[in-house]
Amino acid sequence: MKIREIRDFTAVQLAEKIKQREIRVSEAVWAVLDQIEQVEKEVNSYVTLDAESALQQAEQVQQRIDGGELTGPLAGVPAAVKDNICIAGMAATCSSKMLENFVPIYTAEAVLKLQEAGAVILGKTNMDEFAMGSTTETSAFGATKNPWNLNHVPGGSSGGSCAAVAAEECFYALGSDTGGSIRQPSAFCGVTGLKPTYGTVSRYGLIAYGSSLDQIGPVAKDVSDCAAILETIASYDKKDSTSLKRKETDFTAALKTDITGMKIGIPRDYLGEGLDDSVRKAVLEAAKVLEDQGAVVEEFDLGLVKYAIPAYYVIACAEASSNLARFDGVKYGHRAKAYEGLHQMYKKSRSEGFGPEVKRRIMLGSFVLSSGYYDAYYLKALGTKALIKEAFDQAFASYDVILGPAAPSTAPELGKSLGDPLKMYLGDIYTVSLNLAGLPGITLPCGMDSKGLPIGLQLIGDCFQEKKIIQAAYAYEQTRERNRSPLAENGKTTEEETEDRKTADKKIADGEALTGKKQEERP
Amino acid sequence: MRKEYETVIGLEVHVELATKTKIFCGCSTTFGGAPNTHTCPVCTGMPGSLPVLNKKVVEYAIAVGLATGCSITQNCKFDRKNYFYPDNPQNYQISQLYLPICQEGGVEIETPAGKKIIGIHEIHMEEDAGKLIHDEWEDCSLVDYNRSGVPLIEIVSEPDMRSAEEVIAYLEKLRMIIQYLGASDCKLNEGSMRADVNLSVREAGTEPFGTRTEMKNLNSFKAIARAIEHEKNRQIDLLEEGKKVVQETRRWDDNKGDSYPMRSKEDAQDYRYFPEPDLVPLMIRTEWIEEIRARQPEFQPEKRNRYRQEYGLPDYDAQIITGSKHLSDIFERTAKLCGKPKKVSNWLMGETMRLLREQEMEPEEIRFSPENLANLIRLTEEGSISNTVAKEVFEKIFAEDTDPVSYVEKQGLKTVNDEGELKETIEQVIQNNPKSVEDYRNGKEKAIGFLVGQTMKAMKGKANPGVVNQMLRELL
Repeated sequence: MKIREIRDFTAVQLAEKIKQREIRVSEAVWAVLDQIEQVEKEVNSYVTLDAESALQQAEQVQQRIDGGELTGPLAGVPAAVKDNICIAGMAATCSSKMLENFVPIYTAEAVLKLQEAGAVILGKTNMDEFAMGSTTETSAFGATKNPWNLNHVPGGSSGGSCAAVAAEECFYALGSDTGGSIRQPSAFCGVTGLKPTYGTVSRYGLIAYGSSLDQIGPVAKDVSDCAAILETIASYDKKDSTSLKRKETDFTAALKTDITGMKIGIPRDYLGEGLDDSVRKAVLEAAKVLEDQGAVVEEFDLGLVKYAIPAYYVIACAEASSNLARFDGVKYGHRAKAYEGLHQMYKKSRSEGFGPEVKRRIMLGSFVLSSGYYDAYYLKALGTKALIKEAFDQAFASYDVILGPAAPSTAPELGKSLGDPLKMYLGDIYTVSLNLAGLPGITLPCGMDSKGLPIGLQLIGDCFQEKKIIQAAYAYEQTRERNRSPLAENGKTTEEETEDRKTADKKIADGEALTGKKQEERP
Repeated sequence: MRKEYETVIGLEVHVELATKTKIFCGCSTTFGGAPNTHTCPVCTGMPGSLPVLNKKVVEYAIAVGLATGCSITQNCKFDRKNYFYPDNPQNYQISQLYLPICQEGGVEIETPAGKKIIGIHEIHMEEDAGKLIHDEWEDCSLVDYNRSGVPLIEIVSEPDMRSAEEVIAYLEKLRMIIQYLGASDCKLNEGSMRADVNLSVREAGTEPFGTRTEMKNLNSFKAIARAIEHEKNRQIDLLEEGKKVVQETRRWDDNKGDSYPMRSKEDAQDYRYFPEPDLVPLMIRTEWIEEIRARQPEFQPEKRNRYRQEYGLPDYDAQIITGSKHLSDIFERTAKLCGKPKKVSNWLMGETMRLLREQEMEPEEIRFSPENLANLIRLTEEGSISNTVAKEVFEKIFAEDTDPVSYVEKQGLKTVNDEGELKETIEQVIQNNPKSVEDYRNGKEKAIGFLVGQTMKAMKGKANPGVVNQMLRELL
């Protein structure tokens, strides 16, 4: 089997091939490592890559599969993990200079669940620094590029995870979503991303940005993969007090195409000013497809949409200002070389360690929590959050699923966003309210703009109703062909591949590790 | 001529709870391990770690709240208090500001003017910080996070106290209640009970409070009393000189008997409190509160009554013994073992109190076991040892919890009942004290006492005085 063919499989398809003994786990690992060697210099999806460890894991997982111990839908599939999710022994930098050399001694619960299911972890993906940003340009280790067009951003903050999946540098990845950080870059990169109901996936080991909003979720090639990954990582974890004991987590059971009678609402407020025509058109066409399949689709007024962004930035920044206080140069992370006294050590270490967007949000968060401003900003934002939840409760009394765009536009060009942070924040308009209300949402490709950049469709469910959005997304997806990004398409010629294949086989046979991007090689 | 002033005092008391594990992780709370050995990612503030509330902490807080007449906030939650300091690994402390677990209670104290209620504004749960150690040699500071995350309750009183005596009475009462609950050992010198004193003065008879100061670093009742006296006089002197009291936090130096400003209100920090998002709000069921209420122990007033009625102890003795949970535990267990409550009470009220005073110890520091005291009482009751010997043996028990039976055996302290040896000694005493012998024979009963004493002395206390008395009379 050709490397290009192997790379093209979805996670679930690959696991099936491995189970059928058609592909060995190490071959799958090699397939993505080869692609990483080809495209990583341009895409920059990864912050840390450990090929040696991946090949070792591949051997162990293969044994567990051969021994009949592993039979699940993700067994043997190579995956990547966003760099704010801890894995014991592997640097967790949050794409910040502050944590450049921080190596945790514990593994996030979500990653443990993947490892139990036979995942092979390739490395850690690039992100906006501490997940603060919408472009992955605030990373201290260079921006990630969009595999559909290298002059464009992949979105953010899980831009590395989404670009890695789109460029076929892994079969799926974990991301985190605080205000759209899985869904928006998934839309920009033409992949499928899901943010679960708050409390569904343990946050233990996720380096917090906005604790009351953060959720880990899957980034994958299609809806079936998302369902299988979510089913694997969803768990009640007593180490996370906000994690929930959920009754039904058999998300793959929702992979059905019959959506007859499903009620889908489109908020008129999501189609108004500020939305690109191409996006509006693609989203409404997708709605039409669902209607054709038997869903009842109608427009309605959700309300309060313009209040979501200010409420979100107040709450997220308030929590972030406190969550990021621990990075002080005392225990781990960056410490300034020269300083006099404790106060200066704090000040210099933090000034040097954090980038401008992180500093802006810490300052904003500290301000809104200050005495005299707390009631006017923070309490008001909490009140707004409650009202937004009520608005959604009302909507879900009438609809099974809410449909809309994932972002107002397709991926912007590199270097065009950070200069105007307020404008960048407004790009989160369709995603942040889900985090405020704790709701699940999925984004999946629904077309291309005139520049050939992917457009994302967002389906929103009520709390605990992931199955409904998975079903609607699956039904829609079945009507379309999956598009590979140009970087994934533009693989090698057959001759080159045959040559590489021989080398790869030899390397694997010799137990030689491919040298990947290690910590010390980071820009 | 000085005006009359009234002192107004309120207390913030921190108490370390006696849970086995920390408030938000499974690490041990044991005092004194090697630095940073009782730590984990949670209590060292590692990124990605999350707190999980220890149920026992809530239970203790509710128990203390119920015992101090507080209402329990059934819908309570935690807040973050943000401030930078290296002993605070996350640079925020998880505490309770908006909805503390207990509110509006009070305890009754005895004052020379009669009984008085000291109001409790609130009790809240929070985590302790680590310890900073400054290494002068290396000129660097080191942090030990063993104490980080040890559970605390902070008991905030109303400004209801008017003197150092009332403050001490209030603290003793609180300590007794908490010790009775087993919620803490409340040792001021080890820091498991810490009191900050908020004090202001005002002209007698006036209504508005004066400007207050907060005094920290008070490690004993004596230091608290001294600090209050000093601070009261300092504030009155300022007012008398026409100056103003500055609202500030001060640090007491008990060795110098003086206090120093730490920080004023102007540079007071803005703690930017907000609800802790990593913990869910607590919903405390009424049934749980009732369960805890039903399990509350017998507190001092009831115990004191029972000691009078059940054991026939004088009220004073009952009060002293029940004044310490530990002492009353020793009393009850020893009384049960030997069946002689009055004898036990005598040992505790007499020799034990004397030794505690001599060695400047608190009753909580008593280390001897009820078994050994019970055996000592048995030995004296059997007449196996004399009272003099018993006192000597008790000192060993008090100091080292020695087993009296084997000690008496080894040291050969048993009362000599061998008539031959005793008879010889008595004959010697009669020979050496002809004057007393003559007095006795002339009808002076008192002389026999002297002769008994001489015999006991010669026997080094190892004789039964009753037997000596009888033999003397026979020989004379």
